[in-house]
Amino acid sequence: MTYEPVIGLEVHVQLATASKLFCGCPTTFGAPPNSQTCPVCLGLPGVLPVLNQRAFELGIRVAVALECRVAETMKFDRKQYFYPDLPKGYQISQYDRPLAHDGHLDVAVNGAMKPVRIHRAHLEEDAGKLLHDPNEPFSYVDFNRAGIPLLEIVTEPDLRLPEEAYAYLVELKAILRALGVSNCNMEEGSLRCDANISLRPAGASALGPKVEIKNLNSFKAVKDALGFEIERQQRAIEGRQTIVQETRLWNARAPATEPMRSKEEASDYRYFPEPDLVPFRIDAPAVEAARRALPELPAQHRQRLAETYGLSAYDAGVLAQSRALGALFEQAVAQYPKPKPVANWIMGDLLGYLNAHGQDPDTAAFQPAWLAHLLQALDGGAISGRTAKALFVESLERQRDPQELMQERDVRQIVDAGELERLVDAVVAEHQKSVADYQKGKANALMFLVGKCMERARGQANPQQLRTILERKLTISREAAL
Amino acid sequence: MAVVTPAEVQAVAFLARVQLADGQAQHVAAQVDQVLAYVRKLQAIPTQSIEPTSHVLPLANVTRPDQTVPSLAPEEAVRLAPDRRGHLVRVPKVVDLS
Amino acid sequence: MLTARELRDQIAAGALDPRVVLHELLQRISRINPAVGAYVAVDPERITAQLEERLRHGPRGPLFGVPITIKDNLCVRGEETACGSRILSGFRPPYHATVVERLLQAGAIVIPRANMDEFAFGSSTETSAFGPTRNPWDVTRVPGGSSGGSAAAVAAGAAVAALGTDTGGSIRQPAAFCGVVGLKPTYGRVSRYGLIAFASSLDQAGPITQDVTDCALLLSVIAGQDPRDSTSAPMPVPDYLAAVSQTARGLRVGLPKLPAEGLDGDVRAAMDEATRVLERLGLTTVPVELPHIHQAIETYYIIATAEASSNLARYDGVRYGWRASEFAAGGGSVEPSSAQRGVLQMYLHTRAQGFGPEALRRILLGTYVLSRGYYDAYYLQGMKVRTLMKRDFDAALSQCDVLLLPTAPTPAFRLGEKLDNPLQMYLSDIYTISANLAGVPAISLPCGFSSAGLPIGMQLIAAPFQEATLLRAARAYEQATDWHRRHPAISSVEQAR
Repeated sequence: MTYEPVIGLEVHVQLATASKLFCGCPTTFGAPPNSQTCPVCLGLPGVLPVLNQRAFELGIRVAVALECRVAETMKFDRKQYFYPDLPKGYQISQYDRPLAHDGHLDVAVNGAMKPVRIHRAHLEEDAGKLLHDPNEPFSYVDFNRAGIPLLEIVTEPDLRLPEEAYAYLVELKAILRALGVSNCNMEEGSLRCDANISLRPAGASALGPKVEIKNLNSFKAVKDALGFEIERQQRAIEGRQTIVQETRLWNARAPATEPMRSKEEASDYRYFPEPDLVPFRIDAPAVEAARRALPELPAQHRQRLAETYGLSAYDAGVLAQSRALGALFEQAVAQYPKPKPVANWIMGDLLGYLNAHGQDPDTAAFQPAWLAHLLQALDGGAISGRTAKALFVESLERQRDPQELMQERDVRQIVDAGELERLVDAVVAEHQKSVADYQKGKANALMFLVGKCMERARGQANPQQLRTILERKLTISREAAL
Repeated sequence: MAVVTPAEVQAVAFLARVQLADGQAQHVAAQVDQVLAYVRKLQAIPTQSIEPTSHVLPLANVTRPDQTVPSLAPEEAVRLAPDRRGHLVRVPKVVDLS
Repeated sequence: MLTARELRDQIAAGALDPRVVLHELLQRISRINPAVGAYVAVDPERITAQLEERLRHGPRGPLFGVPITIKDNLCVRGEETACGSRILSGFRPPYHATVVERLLQAGAIVIPRANMDEFAFGSSTETSAFGPTRNPWDVTRVPGGSSGGSAAAVAAGAAVAALGTDTGGSIRQPAAFCGVVGLKPTYGRVSRYGLIAFASSLDQAGPITQDVTDCALLLSVIAGQDPRDSTSAPMPVPDYLAAVSQTARGLRVGLPKLPAEGLDGDVRAAMDEATRVLERLGLTTVPVELPHIHQAIETYYIIATAEASSNLARYDGVRYGWRASEFAAGGGSVEPSSAQRGVLQMYLHTRAQGFGPEALRRILLGTYVLSRGYYDAYYLQGMKVRTLMKRDFDAALSQCDVLLLPTAPTPAFRLGEKLDNPLQMYLSDIYTISANLAGVPAISLPCGFSSAGLPIGMQLIAAPFQEATLLRAARAYEQATDWHRRHPAISSVEQAR
């Protein structure tokens, strides 16, 4: 018998606001313990929450980007439970009137598009942080995180494979970053994910008992934990053991999911409308305005890159992963108009380097002009492919233009104007057909001639300089011909 | 007939994190039962098509701008805590909350 | 005792020295408080220092130099504010309630802490962890509650005027029991910031005063929108003092049919007489219906306890307040054995020992009506009936300007009489709680005495934000009667020590 996994994901994303969801405390990560708290987020008696307008707007922005139906009226509710990191004994969240519902997100998995329905997205406040010392009978609480604005995005159980879950998370993160609503940093906890999974016989429609997996610290952990859990549940079913509905923790070192040591109390959160906050209405024009103000989303970005530059879907996908990468590509192509080699260098050498060094493409400092200069030099034969690769790494590490590096080095260039003039004259004389092409308006012909000049100079000339001389000479000769 | 049994009142007390002594539970349960039996009469009012009111004021969309204001100093934030170490609030170990 | 209005006028005119005023008040408090228990604690030195500070630096607002007594559930920065509860004993908030801040900005001297039922849960001020307050008219009787300390202090001349809070009648019922004036504003008229919450959708702070004019004066100071309270209304604050001097002639008074069960004969007679007085003054009367007032108690005790159970979840011994002694720190060294029992035990014991019996009952009731399987039958149904009550008031108040009702079905009852019978205690709120459920403003003012010499209060209710109308009608009645000029014999109170 084959079994079909049914997977749903709950993502908590920290919204990029300056102040907390219901008070004016700052949201800076890594501040000293309890240095970002006030009577409101500490839950002192008598104080009251007031909603952060920007968190509300960022929530709407995500909702429209995920093509959700935005609530005409949303309200907040209290989710009640006791925990030392939860100051008020309840979390202000949204229960039956969330900000948004019924959205969807298409993700590409193995070349096919997988539609994933978004069940709902709602605003809520984060809890504080508990610290434990295994050698002490105490726990410690830092309330800096209490009240940080979160958007919880819940999918329908539409995912079937760990790879799909992974692809969904990658795509969602790309969208959230493109929207500028969150830095999505998993190490800092600004993006968190829980997964739900159950197995059922292939073809069946009823769902099996649901297992919730927590402690998923990376997208890879989500994929690995789901893979583990599918096998575990399958073995259990085949061994005629019953699967219990429970919460399990992913232990990446084992690697295995493990039942939570203390079984969670059968929770009864006693949700009821938060009387300290009023309802919030979102009228159609406001939703429309948010939709119009959306930046280019990754899917549109990919499509545009593919169509404009003739890139494959795969290449466009890689480049559109990050806004910075896409921009680097487009700006480099503007200076060196050969999309494919530019894309290859970015996807191969640049990403390879960044991945190996654990750097984020969005924050990597690499100038489009550097790549253009490097490729021009390579094209002109000034440097070998091997030298180019070495120069590329060096320019990344030293944050220098490869052209400068080349000049510094042995890669000496012909700077004597007279020598260059003679060199260009010789090439022009040899390639009259290209000259004619250029004069008929074929811009590429100029590139070809620059390349020939570089060959003749054995790479030891500045292509830009050659280009200038060529342009001048060809213009003169055309005028002479007229 | 009782609306709630002492055992149910004990369960509710646990949900509310209140330890009822065994002797106390009987007495408290009887009082809670008396009040519930009284307020339960409300269920006889027909309300099928009535919207619930959680707010009497016709107010909506009250927000604040996303501006930070100074927080309490950490020593002030933990000063009121019954137990603390440094700038952290201290509690008995969170072992098993159920 | 001069009223707040008279005091501030005389201080402003230089006829009275605020130091003398405060000194005499503090002396009176020290004489009366041992027998009445209106204050949990009074610190003459700190209050005197506050006055000196005010005299030096102001502000010199409309209450300059006037002492105003503050209920123990309104936060005063740096002063113990314990809400009548052990679990908050020692709590000194690092902030002022907005109403306190506004009094201070008006130049008032704030006098904490008037006694109250624990977390305002009660109608007798007997459930305070710091002992009961007694009625100055008869110290064997309760002053009403939960703002019993504020009302008793004003009645006994141990306060010039006071702030109370009202969730189901906690300003009006003690005002009636003590023969003083008390006003519950429209929900949203006065900021709740710094008011330690009982039931967030019902709570309002308001004045308890010697006469209607003082009510108007204090309301003018404390009313208005507050950016820290999302539920405070962006409505302009009219000049309430000007309103009280306007004629009430021609106002229409609605007389609702009321549940007669439990209504005391003396109270009924006083209400009939009050109706005649209003008619003589040129107000007209019209019969109106409030069909769902019969369900007010049920609705209230579902909604109020549900919200209270949630609002009281924060008292867990973690961040502030009291923690069960076996888990307490005592400067940082907890017995490892008790800490080992874990935070769950700390919660269970801190909350069981920190709350009194009435608070425990309400927490349990509120938790029950919100719990799985019961929410729809209780809480949701309560919110729906609340809609019906709101509609009742809208309809009734479209036919008249104010409604006239008794404040309480009986005059003050004896201490201990209802303490262990929650339902009987709750029934004493029958005429006041519907104003909270509907969010409308209501005032209680003296309208007679029982055969036993106990004050009786009448209640006027107006449409939302029509406090000016309410005050106008109340002032007209007050001017035509002298009930508010009668005071309990303080010598007998002192002898009761």
